[in-house]
Amino acid sequence: MQMAGAITPVASSEFLDYVGKQSGQRIMDCYQCGKCSAGCPTAYDMDLTPRQMIRAIQLGLKEEALKSSTIWMCVSCQTCSVRCPVQIDIAKAIEAVRLLAVAEKAPAAEKNVKLYHQVFLKSVEFTGRLYEMGLSVAFNMLSRHPFTGMDILPTMLRKGKLALMPVFKGTAEVEAIFARIKR
Amino acid sequence: MAQTPYAYFPGCTLHGTMLEYNASARLVCEAAGVDLRELKDWNCCGAWSAHTTDYMLGLALPARNLQKAEAMQLPMVVPCAVGFSRMKLAMHEMENPAVLSAVNQAIDKPFKNSVVVEPLLKVLASDSLDLEVKKPLQGLKVACYYGCLLVRPQKILKFDDENNPQTMDKLMSRLGAEPVDWDFKTECCGAGMSMPRPDVVNRLSSKILLAARSMGADCIAVACPMCHFNLDFHQREVEAERKEKIQMPALYFTQLMGLALGFSAKKLMLDKHLVDPMPMLKSKGMAA
Repeated sequence: MQMAGAITPVASSEFLDYVGKQSGQRIMDCYQCGKCSAGCPTAYDMDLTPRQMIRAIQLGLKEEALKSSTIWMCVSCQTCSVRCPVQIDIAKAIEAVRLLAVAEKAPAAEKNVKLYHQVFLKSVEFTGRLYEMGLSVAFNMLSRHPFTGMDILPTMLRKGKLALMPVFKGTAEVEAIFARIKR
Repeated sequence: MAQTPYAYFPGCTLHGTMLEYNASARLVCEAAGVDLRELKDWNCCGAWSAHTTDYMLGLALPARNLQKAEAMQLPMVVPCAVGFSRMKLAMHEMENPAVLSAVNQAIDKPFKNSVVVEPLLKVLASDSLDLEVKKPLQGLKVACYYGCLLVRPQKILKFDDENNPQTMDKLMSRLGAEPVDWDFKTECCGAGMSMPRPDVVNRLSSKILLAARSMGADCIAVACPMCHFNLDFHQREVEAERKEKIQMPALYFTQLMGLALGFSAKKLMLDKHLVDPMPMLKSKGMAA
């Protein structure tokens, strides 16, 4: 049985309804003023700006939304959400789209961003906390940039800023949480 | 001095790359009468990655820590802005009883969602603290940088103004420093993009560094490990791209507080930053 709160695939005709419910936002209230896109720090590199993303949700354009770079370029800074004149938490709406993209295993337009999240969470699952050295090495290997940051590594080690070995804290309990959520 | 107890959630980086934030926070708290009682076996809050890719995990990871503070019957204090944001936003979601019950099942602990969570900046900037300023930061121009997660969204975090926060500015004034008036207090530094898209961080943090410089700031004060990483660690990349030296030190507000309270640069671990603040501090007579 799936845990409460788990996200399951939805049809395009139910897309608007899904985003509204999952995010708790009134998506149809948006009148396309564009204030969200104007303030967004990463809109310059999104294929759909935040305003266009809300329009896509309104129109039920599920595929376009799920394959967009927008859902991976959003850094959850909340600027759009606090500036919206009709109080739509836009970052939360974008998050709902991203959660569906993960649940439906849609190909990610920003592969490295998704990879980063996966490697980060593996670190937390197995050590209970973020293990920075492990995250760096694993991400570099899996993203095929094995030597990124090598120039600064000796400085970081000399300053005692990087631990070579992870610290295992609360590991069994955290692993059990991951297991219960059945990721 | 009477000590006020708090349940302390440092956050992963304070035991890792940002050990100077933890060390300076502990020194300053002890001097200010804030008793930090670290949560036993705390875990990562999930930061950017959990809530982004898994709804329940994004709630359960903060909740395991919140439950520990609730059991200690103490307010939780969080120096990491990421951790603070995740705790508060998760608590907001868990106001829905169905969500709270699902999270209780996930963490397998009874949690009532009844904890008070404060950012360390708020606790240390409180007027009621008895701060003995031994070495006022006279003549130090500080660009107070709050970033995103400490202040947005104000209606949920309930900390400071999300457009023009003042807590750190007032604290710096109290320590004798001169906070500069600038526009980039709450602009995004690129957040967690450092690894997957470093170009984004370099682009955004360069704007913040240059804005601080244009206002004549001697340093940037931060209250977030991620902001610090993006402004300090990434500065060498920004300099390489722009083919110019910027050398704008980014210091934790607790380190500046520590200097004013008379702690040494060594104790405050001012040697841990990649952009060395010592030449600037020495020129101001604030470090030997």
